[in-house]
Amino acid sequence: MIRTKHIALALAFGVAATALQAQDLRIGLQEDPDVLDPDQSRTFVGRIVYASMCDKLVDITPGLEIIPQLATGWQWSDDGLQLTMTLREGVVFHDGTAFNAEAVAANIDRSQNLPESRRKSELGSITGVEVVDDHTIAFTLGAPDATLLAQFADRAGMMLSPTAFEAAGTDFGLNPVCSGPFSFVERIQQDRIVLDRFADYWNADAINVDSVTFLPMPDTTVRLANLRAGDLDMLERLAATDVASVQADDSLTMEQAVSLGYQGITINVANGAGADNPLGQDERIRQALSLSIDRNVINQVVFEGAFAPGNQPFPPTSPWYNDAYPVPERDVEAARSLLAEAGFADGIDITVQVPNNPVQLQMMQVVQAMASEAGINIELQAKEFATLLADQSAGDYQASQVGWSGRVDPDGNIHQFMTTDGGINDSAYSNPEVDRLLNEARTSTDTDVRLASYNAARDILIEDTPIIYLYHVTWIWALDDAVQGFVPYPDGMIRLEGVTLAE
Amino acid sequence: MLAFIGRRILIAIPTIILISVFVFTLQHLLPGDPILVLAGEERDPEVLEFLREKYRLNDPIPVQYLAWVGNALQGDLGISLRTNQPVLELIGEKLPVTLQLATMALIIAMVIGIPAGVLSAYKKGTWIDWVANIVALSGLSVPNFWLGIMMILLVSVQLGWLPASGYQPFADDPLQSIKTMLMPAFVLGTAIAATLMRHTRSAMLSVLKSDYIRTARAKGLAERVVLVKHALRNALVPIVTVTTLIFGELLAGAVLTEQIFTIPGFGKLVVDAVFNRDYAVVQGIVLCTGIAFIFMNLLADVAQRILNPRMRDK
Amino acid sequence: MSALTASQTPAGTLPKKRSRFWAKMRKNPAALLGGALVLFFVIVAVMAPLMPIVDPTATDWLAVRQAPSAAHPFGTDEIGRDVLSRMIWGAQASLLAGVVSVAIAVCLGVPLGVAAGYMGGWTDAVISRVTEALLAAPFLILAIALAAFLGPNLTNAMIAIGVSAMPIFIRLSRAQTMSVMTEDYVESARAVGLKPLVLVRRYILPNIFPPLLVQATLTIATAIIAEASLSFLGLGQQPPAPSWGSMLNVAKNFLEQAPWMALYPGAAIFLVVLGFNLLGDGLRDALDPRDH
Repeated sequence: MIRTKHIALALAFGVAATALQAQDLRIGLQEDPDVLDPDQSRTFVGRIVYASMCDKLVDITPGLEIIPQLATGWQWSDDGLQLTMTLREGVVFHDGTAFNAEAVAANIDRSQNLPESRRKSELGSITGVEVVDDHTIAFTLGAPDATLLAQFADRAGMMLSPTAFEAAGTDFGLNPVCSGPFSFVERIQQDRIVLDRFADYWNADAINVDSVTFLPMPDTTVRLANLRAGDLDMLERLAATDVASVQADDSLTMEQAVSLGYQGITINVANGAGADNPLGQDERIRQALSLSIDRNVINQVVFEGAFAPGNQPFPPTSPWYNDAYPVPERDVEAARSLLAEAGFADGIDITVQVPNNPVQLQMMQVVQAMASEAGINIELQAKEFATLLADQSAGDYQASQVGWSGRVDPDGNIHQFMTTDGGINDSAYSNPEVDRLLNEARTSTDTDVRLASYNAARDILIEDTPIIYLYHVTWIWALDDAVQGFVPYPDGMIRLEGVTLAE
Repeated sequence: MLAFIGRRILIAIPTIILISVFVFTLQHLLPGDPILVLAGEERDPEVLEFLREKYRLNDPIPVQYLAWVGNALQGDLGISLRTNQPVLELIGEKLPVTLQLATMALIIAMVIGIPAGVLSAYKKGTWIDWVANIVALSGLSVPNFWLGIMMILLVSVQLGWLPASGYQPFADDPLQSIKTMLMPAFVLGTAIAATLMRHTRSAMLSVLKSDYIRTARAKGLAERVVLVKHALRNALVPIVTVTTLIFGELLAGAVLTEQIFTIPGFGKLVVDAVFNRDYAVVQGIVLCTGIAFIFMNLLADVAQRILNPRMRDK
Repeated sequence: MSALTASQTPAGTLPKKRSRFWAKMRKNPAALLGGALVLFFVIVAVMAPLMPIVDPTATDWLAVRQAPSAAHPFGTDEIGRDVLSRMIWGAQASLLAGVVSVAIAVCLGVPLGVAAGYMGGWTDAVISRVTEALLAAPFLILAIALAAFLGPNLTNAMIAIGVSAMPIFIRLSRAQTMSVMTEDYVESARAVGLKPLVLVRRYILPNIFPPLLVQATLTIATAIIAEASLSFLGLGQQPPAPSWGSMLNVAKNFLEQAPWMALYPGAAIFLVVLGFNLLGDGLRDALDPRDH
């Protein structure tokens, strides 16, 4: 009798305990990620999934310091041409393969040599990889590269199981195997991505949920409704206009972090025939456009003050921001006189292409209204994304409203846009002095030297204004009260170490 | 009848070819480069060119089309450029979802619409007619995405009666499956119910005035029998036509409803694929829906002939 | 079957007596209401440039999302524009979207459908196959394609909606034509050698009219809504030009903060749709050749 009672109690307890255990954290995403292969992946939202699934050599703190993850220590040689890293011991991939220097070498080889790999330019400086011993690896560089560690903190540094990718080749993304806190279970396109807790994770103690389900929900209103209805536990990219409502809601919490990227207007200065117009040829007109815009008002009106006005590729809070050029106040008079100087005292007509999504359109309509007061008449061309990209890259545009999601290393926000053969230099801006300064900044590991180079480049760029920076998005997460321990990071990633889900 | 069906199936083949050529050409003529779109933020020109070669996107359009046909005949519909997933697998994933949504929506529409139409025609001019019309038109005059959001806010957020999103395969958990699909099916169904109701009403009105009905009534048949067995049956021609067309449309996917309720069906997949220039996905789905439409049309024509034997070939 | 006895006059051309038509319409309060609604909105749309209202594209960032007041009777939208003014100007876009799309669908679709039903054989086969092809290409693909080729705007949206609505008119008119062709009086008229065009005009058109009218009024409604749906995807009327559909699309993100942004366009769409459908009903009843 007593025994059965004990057994019954134990069972009940056990059942209750396991019921408490089976915790699934449901995260609402803005988009459906692309292929789940870090080497082939190219979207921001894909990185959010990797943050839970794939560990990297190093990680960052919210203050953008580089900290160990799969690598516990590293050392640069004096000439900056060799990086030796010590690897963490006792780490295994989700399929049981051991993590060691061989695995790292295989990964770097794949990232550099797989034809479909998008990581080639990120690891372009690595000319040789040497397996010193099981847990030490040495990279030889062709030239000093200040950005390398930051690259290792992103997809280029994500370690995939060599067993898995040797077997699957380019199909690795259909069944990814990494070494992060959660392992891949299933993915149904545009429906869900499910990950399960990896029992043998080296930092398993920091993980408190049993599974993670990512649910893409493109419409912000719907995403928030799902959170409120209890069908989500947290979501990313809350609309700025919903902030007040979430703050007023007792059952929800909000976290935010200013992003690493920017939004602005890229102007075609030399990319084909599209640049043959006053806006593209005369920097005074570009400066006038920039002066006619009240960035603070845009932030207030369109984003309820939640974002950060900006005038440089880095937000004003960034250590790389050049304080010599603060965010300018609107100055219609100065804009008008610049236009007059350039010969357009009666005003000028320009066209700006915009992606046809409501927020960007709304923002540009405010810009349009502001610019018209200074005599700059903007015709907005809303284009469907594919067409916009095609036109931009071919130079079929005068000005284009585009943004950039941002990179940890400042080089990532500026080099490929502003250098003469930069990969994403759609404005075809070219200035040898700027090239020299940006390359200098890239190859020095001395922060002071780099800052000086960027500042010197800014002196030129603020005059030439090939890109008019407008604002920096703030990543805003909304969470159910039951989710505790979430730390916001400026790279927009959701790191689940330390996050708990109350019942 | 069998000969008729057989002929139609034969003719279906050139039709499908026509559809696939049309959509293929249209897509490839669209401005925009899929590799560039899918490149997102990583635009390494070497890699992009490699991918264009790999997926034969530099080949002339007819060559690409023939390659697609060749593969399709072997059961390979290509892969999604975005996620590398085989298109056939994608279709297999989404088809049951769309089928379930379409069926549920149509059932709701028929259950509401046809009786309402019959009643409204029968009681023409009375307040019943008025009310039925206004209710039906309400279902029609509110955009799907709007009604959907309102329903989520009311039913899921405020009342907590039904989940706001998610999909459960019917085979796994029928009850939960229906719960997740109920709101989207309702949203879709009410809009269609209006169409069905109006067509039913109109057709019934025409028929009720005919001598045939007068005769039936004169014979002393019960009103209900007159209504259903005689009037409705004859009014069915336009109703059947419209219903099969609507079902075909539903099968093509209800994009906005799927987006609002996060139902992973065809509609959303196709629209995203067109925006992303994910050619193979669009091609595969259009092939599917094309076959579905042809089948639905055939069904409609067969039904017509059964209902009105005089409409067979002269 | 819908057989007609000799005592019933064969469905003639549209009633020669206009007075009978108007008499029937007058007696139908629903139709009158519908007509009044449609007329009201048409007048508003046509008179928009002449009305003493503010510029619908004038932004005022100090007055963002303000509730209805004396200065702004319908409130302001997300960048401070006057909702009333946008409603009035938007009427043009939305009504055009409805009417032009249906006009395209009817003018192209009905002749094709009648031809298919009347002539049968190869004509029918070809037209039916083309219809199926049109149906299989989803409406949104067509809309996106047009937008990609020619830019997203209202005109392309109307063309896309119109072309996509054609199949249903083709199918309906075909089915109805085939049904009417089986009538005894039609068969005898053919036997007598009545010219095809006369036959179509005198017998077929009046009889296929009712369901087509119903479908047309329904399609106007779905076209106006389709324009709203296209705005959801960033196609259709582009800002800053207003349309009820695009206004509704933006308003859904501000349901809590500014419900008036959704209320007015939503109500307007509802009333216009109701109006067209009631009017259509009334017309259908008044013109029904069997109503003697």
